[in-house]
Amino acid sequence: MTATGTAGEQLVIKGLHVAVEGQEILKGVDLTIGRGEIHALMGPNGSGKSTLGYAIMGHPNYEVTAGSIELVTADGTRHDVLAMEPDERARVGIFLAFQRPMSIPGVRLAEFLRHSVTNVRNPDRKEGEELMPMREFRSELKAKMGELSMDSEFAKRYVNDGFSGGEMKRAEILQLAMLRPKFAILDETDSGLDADAVRLASESIARIGGAEMGILIITHHEQLLEHNIPLRTHVMLGGRIVESGGPELAAELHKKGYERIRATYPEAAAAERALEQTAVPVGA
Amino acid sequence: MPTAIEPSPTLAIGEINKYDFRTDSPAVFKARKGIDPEIVCQISEMKREPEWMRDFRLKSLEIFNSKPMPNWGGRIGVDFQDIYYYLKPAEQQGKTWEEVPDAIKQTFDRLGIPEAERKFLAGVKAQFESEVVYGSLQEDLAKKGVIFTDTDTAVREHSDMLREYFGKIIPPTDNKFAALNSAVWSGGSFIYVPKGVSIEFPLQAYFRINAESMGQFERTLIIVDEGAHVHYVEGCTAPMYSTESLHSAVVEIVVKKHGRCRYTTIQNWANNIYNLVTKRAMAYEGALMEWIDGNLGSQLTMKYPAVYMMEPGARGEILSIAFASAGQHQDAGAKLVHAAPHTSGRIVSKSISKNGGRASYRGLVKVEPGARKSRSSVVCDALILDDKSRSDTYPYIEIEEQDVSIGHEASVSKIGEEQLFYLMSRGLTEAEASTMIVGGFIEPLVKELPMEYAVEMNKLIQLQMEGSVG
Repeated sequence: MTATGTAGEQLVIKGLHVAVEGQEILKGVDLTIGRGEIHALMGPNGSGKSTLGYAIMGHPNYEVTAGSIELVTADGTRHDVLAMEPDERARVGIFLAFQRPMSIPGVRLAEFLRHSVTNVRNPDRKEGEELMPMREFRSELKAKMGELSMDSEFAKRYVNDGFSGGEMKRAEILQLAMLRPKFAILDETDSGLDADAVRLASESIARIGGAEMGILIITHHEQLLEHNIPLRTHVMLGGRIVESGGPELAAELHKKGYERIRATYPEAAAAERALEQTAVPVGA
Repeated sequence: MPTAIEPSPTLAIGEINKYDFRTDSPAVFKARKGIDPEIVCQISEMKREPEWMRDFRLKSLEIFNSKPMPNWGGRIGVDFQDIYYYLKPAEQQGKTWEEVPDAIKQTFDRLGIPEAERKFLAGVKAQFESEVVYGSLQEDLAKKGVIFTDTDTAVREHSDMLREYFGKIIPPTDNKFAALNSAVWSGGSFIYVPKGVSIEFPLQAYFRINAESMGQFERTLIIVDEGAHVHYVEGCTAPMYSTESLHSAVVEIVVKKHGRCRYTTIQNWANNIYNLVTKRAMAYEGALMEWIDGNLGSQLTMKYPAVYMMEPGARGEILSIAFASAGQHQDAGAKLVHAAPHTSGRIVSKSISKNGGRASYRGLVKVEPGARKSRSSVVCDALILDDKSRSDTYPYIEIEEQDVSIGHEASVSKIGEEQLFYLMSRGLTEAEASTMIVGGFIEPLVKELPMEYAVEMNKLIQLQMEGSVG
């Protein structure tokens, strides 16, 4: 990964329709994120933001019924992301920071991360082949945890098992820092955090991201964007991105809510109401 | 789990799949197939046993013949007349490695036994077919008065001590398979740890079945005297054969006042083996008995290590894990009997079933009248990896005393799609993710094992998980 080779690399989403248990949640999403760009995705609860994250990462319950997701490399090669298993997506450089990460009792964070980092950095690794050397991994992990003001004892705990909300989010940021993906979707990495913790998260993400990562920040608030000024802010309503703008849009939504948006896009607002009538999976 | 016995380097465990081989070792003596008084007498005679042992065997045979097959647990498809009950692979027990016959040596080489020797193990008792052919004991242990020998030798050389407990903790009348073992037993370990002696490293044994249609009936007796500590480790692997084999061991343990004993077993029998084992310990005042029991492989395992807490302050802890795959039924569990006041026990059972395998927990907690202020807890967790597999729990509780505290928790879970997705989103393949989740599930047990056994356990699990998805 070099600083010069990243220009032109893009994650391109076109006309994406996604259904969960037969219920259509996304109704045609278009979004292009270039490496080095920050995009913010805002919108009321249930508008489909997390669904977009899961669909990009390949959750088996999120069925793509139409549209495409492609990873376009600098030389113009187009990789069909939808044809990949979730682990293959991770190996081509896609990352999702979960809003509610799963706990894996009995598996230490360090053990899991060593396996994960090994696979992501050696996409051709076969099952059973050597993992990254322990010493090398440990020193890198320790350094990264230091940068994130995390106690190194934390890595000995079982993955998300008994973690507080804040600890889970920090563990997700640590994974982001270790895996250094090309494209990261951060799904409400600020939720459940107090103001100081959000500021810390915001600074950390800015430091990790830099010019090499394309980031989609899903958030309800603008604090996380303090150190991560979005190139574009997108508003999702009723399963579509209805409006895109600059940082001022995030500030407006944070201050005034979604009334103007609903009034401006009555069709999407109607879709939102229709969705509310039916059971929508938590987090969708 | 508290213990004074520190894990130490043990066996060098190599590749697991290398266990799947057979060595052509000429059996010097092979009794004909089947079981009757003549065979039993022949075995006793071959071993040059005293009369009392021969009579014990003959009486046990009568009990065996009179008892019906157990009508619970799993289906036991054994033809008792189609089994060889005794093989003696070499004339003499090897005193040094050089004296062990080459064919047998090859087998042990591949199991890593010589390495164990080089690593200054406490002692290695390796049972090849029915007779212990190689054994060693470090000098300092002998100086402390520790006896670690095969049970046949103990019958001849430590007859008084052995006779006091042999068949007393598990009498032949206990169950059909204890009776069978009592009639035809061969090999196994005899350990005596004198008063106040702590053995800092685990004592080991390796058992191995290496002849088609051959039963393995080892008999182990451990006596831990007052204030003494010992950790005994038993590992089992068996080569794969097409015909059915029977393994039916008896393990008797006495832990006297303030003594401590931990008995660790990792079993990985070939998938055609019936593994029907009776294990029981008596713990006296302030004593601690711990069973750590890992069951993989075999066609059917029925095994319920027991602790009888005989005097106040006695404690019993049992950690059990079972992994059942295609064509396997693990009927495993534990038994705690509170026979005195202020006794406490704990059972932790973990089972994994996949690919149509069936894992059952069968356990008993019994509180006898007068065992006031007794405490017991039972935790059973089952993990089912697919829709074809099955898990059952049979917890029996018999309480004949009011003033007690007994807890039981059970959980059954399936590998969650969400957990799999989370790990896969971090670059792990589905197989790697499943293996990691299973590894985490059994972590509470694995961390209690000596390091090399923990490594072996993890390798065995990985092997079991291979090809489980996709």
